[in-house]
Amino acid sequence: MSDFKDYEKIEKTARIARKSQTGLTYFLLTLWALIVLFPFYWMLLTSVKDYGSYNSEYIPKFFTTSPTIQNYVEAFNAVSLGKYFVNTIIFTAVTTLIMLVITVLSAYAFARLKFKGKDFVFALFLSLMMIPNELVVITNFVTITNWHMRNTYMGLILPSVASVFYIYLLKENFEQVPEELYKAAKVDGTSDLKYLLKVLVPICRPTIVTILILKVIECWNSYVWPRLITDNADYYLVSNGIQQIRENGFGRDNIPAMMAAVVVISVPLIILFLFFHKKIMEGVSRGGTKG
Amino acid sequence: MEKKDFKGWLYLLPAILFLGLFMVYPLIDVVIYSVEEGYNFASQSFFGYGVYNFSYVLHDPFFMQAIKNTFIIVIITVPLSTLIALLISLGLNSIKPLRDLYQTVFFLPYVTNTLAVGLVFMILFKKTAYSDGLINLIINFFGHESIDFIDGPYAAKMFVMCFYTIWIVLPFKILILTSALASVPQTYYNAAKVDGTSKFRIFYKITLPMISPMISYLIITGFIGAFKAYSDEVAIFGTNLNAAGMNTIVGYVYDMLYGNSGGYPSYASAASLILFAIVFTITVINLMVSRKNV
Repeated sequence: MSDFKDYEKIEKTARIARKSQTGLTYFLLTLWALIVLFPFYWMLLTSVKDYGSYNSEYIPKFFTTSPTIQNYVEAFNAVSLGKYFVNTIIFTAVTTLIMLVITVLSAYAFARLKFKGKDFVFALFLSLMMIPNELVVITNFVTITNWHMRNTYMGLILPSVASVFYIYLLKENFEQVPEELYKAAKVDGTSDLKYLLKVLVPICRPTIVTILILKVIECWNSYVWPRLITDNADYYLVSNGIQQIRENGFGRDNIPAMMAAVVVISVPLIILFLFFHKKIMEGVSRGGTKG
Repeated sequence: MEKKDFKGWLYLLPAILFLGLFMVYPLIDVVIYSVEEGYNFASQSFFGYGVYNFSYVLHDPFFMQAIKNTFIIVIITVPLSTLIALLISLGLNSIKPLRDLYQTVFFLPYVTNTLAVGLVFMILFKKTAYSDGLINLIINFFGHESIDFIDGPYAAKMFVMCFYTIWIVLPFKILILTSALASVPQTYYNAAKVDGTSKFRIFYKITLPMISPMISYLIITGFIGAFKAYSDEVAIFGTNLNAAGMNTIVGYVYDMLYGNSGGYPSYASAASLILFAIVFTITVINLMVSRKNV
């Protein structure tokens, strides 16, 4: 009889051990989740705090009873946040669009067309993937300066439109489409371009959307190149705008207004993320790296 | 050329044009710049060829400071972030309810603007006239006096830097490791369970070997990324990194090229080639080590 009791005891302790371990896991995961989310909460909170009351809080409060949108008004009026926003949208849209055309055309050439020197060029493209941006940015800076394209959209856009990685990603996807489709289209007398646009692109839409989203994130966050190539605030992107605001925006101490600007800049990407988080995470895990 | 060949090249033309102009040509050009001595940006003339630019950069105290900062950031953040990411991924893998939610939350920093969120971190850590900042209040609560993290001692600044860097790089690592863990076949675990293998042993003998290629991938890309640290530093300490004593190698390159101390593409080229040599060497060593052990 006592044996039976022992089993019960062992099972009970095992159950408790298992439960407490799960509990601990959840506790630690929640802790990290809080560390991740807290800066977002803090910027949102600070952005709706009144300037006066923010400065009078020696111990910052974790909530506010009288939210105000005054800081947002300030953010758009005192600095040209709206302008930075429009610039970034133009830059992102045009860069992404040109990138897409270039990527689709080259991926198609590598995946379906047969021509002399293809393998060699492809190997060359792949080796370019290893070249860090820091190495080429110096000459690009000189090139764009010599072309008198500083402080222009063209100067911002041109060096960032070709991306070997996306060409490679799309080429792999194009190749998964059965070649019989291509042959059938050829028999029907469909031109290459028509086949590409009417058959391949629709079939590979998921990959194309992934590429688009990744490029948009990259463009929205780009800082180094825009900083080099623009010194006229009329052409600043949001990242440069933020830096500008920090260094001599609203007067260094108007932190609530600064936070309002930060919220405005962060929101578009967070919305994009909320809608497409599955796609973004899938795309990134397929080999994207930051920046 | 045949018509068929012509068509293929035509489709590739835009890519070749842009890559040639903004990647291949600069690659050659940067080497040329680095050996042109006394290059003048305004008149675009120079005295002669030699290694003076490299020697200048290597004797520049700002560059040495940048090297030191970069190496500290690399040595602290790469192992630590990989380890934390591994722990978090193991945790994520062991739970069922809410897993997707946690995963999505953990990925959030990836899609945020580094400069913008860096400003929030700066405010959390910064000590100002009217408030010591939230982090200092927590430190005070534990009975320690306030530390100036942004303008204070080197170790405090480095701490903020490494903390922010880890916060930024974790999402990518967690994502890669959770999908690696999920792809370990369940049968292995079942077999181990039947044998009554201990949890630690299961991890050490099954999980770790199965995901070690991904870990080594993360370490290699982590090293490369951390050596190129720059925007995160600007986000916390502002554009004048030399004054804050927190410059990085990439920061040094850009300072040489542009800004108040700029106008020296030759020095910038030399510095960026030194950076490339360091990254290349470390990557080769990494690959050799991982080939032996993975």
